[in-house]
Amino acid sequence: MDRLKLVLQYFQSNSESISNGICVILALISVKLYTSFDFNCPCIPQYNKMYALGVMFVPPIILFLLGVLINRHTGVMMEEWLRPEGNRAKNPAVVKYLFSAMMQRALLAPMVWVLVTLLDGKCFICAFSMSVDPKHFTGMPNTTGLDLVRILAKVPCKEDIIFRNTTFRKAVSRYLRCYSQAIGWSILLFLILLGAGARLVKPCFNHAAFLQTRYWSNYLDIEQKLFDETCVLHARDFARKCVVQFFEGMREDEVVRLPLSYGLRPRKGRAEDEEEEEEHLHGITRQEQVDHLLHTWHQCKPELDVTKIAYRPKVCITWEDHNGHTLFSDV
Amino acid sequence: MDKFRMMFQFLQSNQESFMNGICGIMALASAQLYSSFEFNCPCMPEYNYSYGIGMLVIPPIWFFLLGFVLNNNVSMLAEEWRRPLGQRGKDPTVLRYMFCSISQRSLIAPAVWITVTLMDGKSFLCAYSMDLEVSQFGNTSGFSEEDLTRLLAKIPCKHLFDGQDVLSREAATRYLRCVSQAFGWLFLLLITLTAFMIRAIRPCFTQAAFLKTKYWSHYIDIERKMFDETCTEHAKSFAKVCIQQYFESISGEMRSFHRQRSDDSDDDDDDDDRHKSDEDKLLGIRAQDDMNKVLWNWHTCKPALSLRKYDVSGEANISASTGQNGLINGHAHHEDSIQKKEWAVYYSKV
Repeated sequence: MDRLKLVLQYFQSNSESISNGICVILALISVKLYTSFDFNCPCIPQYNKMYALGVMFVPPIILFLLGVLINRHTGVMMEEWLRPEGNRAKNPAVVKYLFSAMMQRALLAPMVWVLVTLLDGKCFICAFSMSVDPKHFTGMPNTTGLDLVRILAKVPCKEDIIFRNTTFRKAVSRYLRCYSQAIGWSILLFLILLGAGARLVKPCFNHAAFLQTRYWSNYLDIEQKLFDETCVLHARDFARKCVVQFFEGMREDEVVRLPLSYGLRPRKGRAEDEEEEEEHLHGITRQEQVDHLLHTWHQCKPELDVTKIAYRPKVCITWEDHNGHTLFSDV
Repeated sequence: MDKFRMMFQFLQSNQESFMNGICGIMALASAQLYSSFEFNCPCMPEYNYSYGIGMLVIPPIWFFLLGFVLNNNVSMLAEEWRRPLGQRGKDPTVLRYMFCSISQRSLIAPAVWITVTLMDGKSFLCAYSMDLEVSQFGNTSGFSEEDLTRLLAKIPCKHLFDGQDVLSREAATRYLRCVSQAFGWLFLLLITLTAFMIRAIRPCFTQAAFLKTKYWSHYIDIERKMFDETCTEHAKSFAKVCIQQYFESISGEMRSFHRQRSDDSDDDDDDDDRHKSDEDKLLGIRAQDDMNKVLWNWHTCKPALSLRKYDVSGEANISASTGQNGLINGHAHHEDSIQKKEWAVYYSKV
């Protein structure tokens, strides 16, 4: 249980590792989908190739689109690309980095599907059984009255009665499967070499700029998340205050002129609690202000400079009695 | 047990992820329901089509409606749609956003059912076996129309089919299943493409307005929860104070005003605090008519979205006139960039 919690925490700590995790999950889903899908070759000359190539290439498109949809970086990238400039200059290198990261992750699950399909071989047999030269194989059933193409089209279907007493079907299937696996392994090898080469060669080219773009793309992601969280906390506080204000507005107005009794004096603890609660409002207390804030966040993003808030002076309070003696001081 | 609790807590932490969790559970339920359901084609010319298409179309409609029923936000949407204007305007884009997000989540389980049904192929086979072109699969020249239709209708049933020498049942089945799977993949591609268009291309058009509608729909949800919480707390405090007053009226003692706490006894302090905080929680509503007015107006005349500035004591109606000994001097200023407390002078009657 603890281990699972640790693993989950590790993955959630870094937004890049979340995306990697999701990408791997999608690849596993693609494998599971292939194994649970019941491949059903029609064994009819006109439809074999269409069906098999469809099964080999349509699900990768679907998985690619799903990969792009699920990735958080898609939204961040689109927003950064489309926003007006505002107070913050746009950095095209960051957009390019986000785009390439998103593409690489989205292409993993389709590649896994294509490779699994090729290594399994059923699609390849279904698509290309009619392109085989039957002279290389003995035992072709020629007593059925069907022409060659039709016989070859029936090769992927195991149960067909015309192949009952010969080894022809098994031989052709084995040959085609071997071909399919060879293609699959070559593609895998090529992809691995490409990946390894890219990884080795990349630091040679402009590593410092790469570090900068990676930092700023991570920053954009975190900023977006924090903005959403702040909006949520703000909405919560706004709602609480609105409801309390509504209740208080319903009662009859009372004007109280009393000496300040013990019960009405501000207690330090309570004031601090209220201050903590009100922190979430940050001074935004009306609908128009909220609308303006949200509109400006997109139209005119603020500059990347937090010097003012990081170094704002702390206000100190001193309480004095009417004689000028200090009762309490923050200094 | 621990694992379930952790998963439950994680899902409940965020309203959206909770809804996504329900959505995922319904999708799994729909796939499981399909696999445990025993499909039973009637194999008769009059009923095949209705049964096959019915199995394809009716459970999705049922899942869609179930999605609406299970979604908490439906009542919130209905309430926001039907309320009178009050002091707060109504924003149709927020309503549309809420409706769209509810519909999107409800459409996932039906889509899963349709996809699984088409990929499996049984219902397609049952519905369309009579529309098959028989010339490809055998020689049926000697058959009348009616006999041929009856034979074709028996194709989905392995044990009832009696035309093996006329028509190859496996070839016909395989062909129809292949067509069904092709439709299934196309359907999946279509909905994924639609979802992609909506999600990935939308930021091109309405990003700023989208942030606004997302905020306000979330706000409406939270406000409703806060109102319910406040009402519950108020009811509790109301009940406590009411009972206390009743006991006091019976016993004849007034306990309220003589609390000079010079010596600290912890219990008394706690009681004092609790009594005071109960009084505070009443928020000034102390009569049944007032509470009824609160609840009535909450629906018929919702308050404006504009908070008054609070003074330090939290009581907005205490007169802050100066000149009287012992009153707080004005209220704290809320400026955006500086902290609230300022240099203040406090007079007290010692």
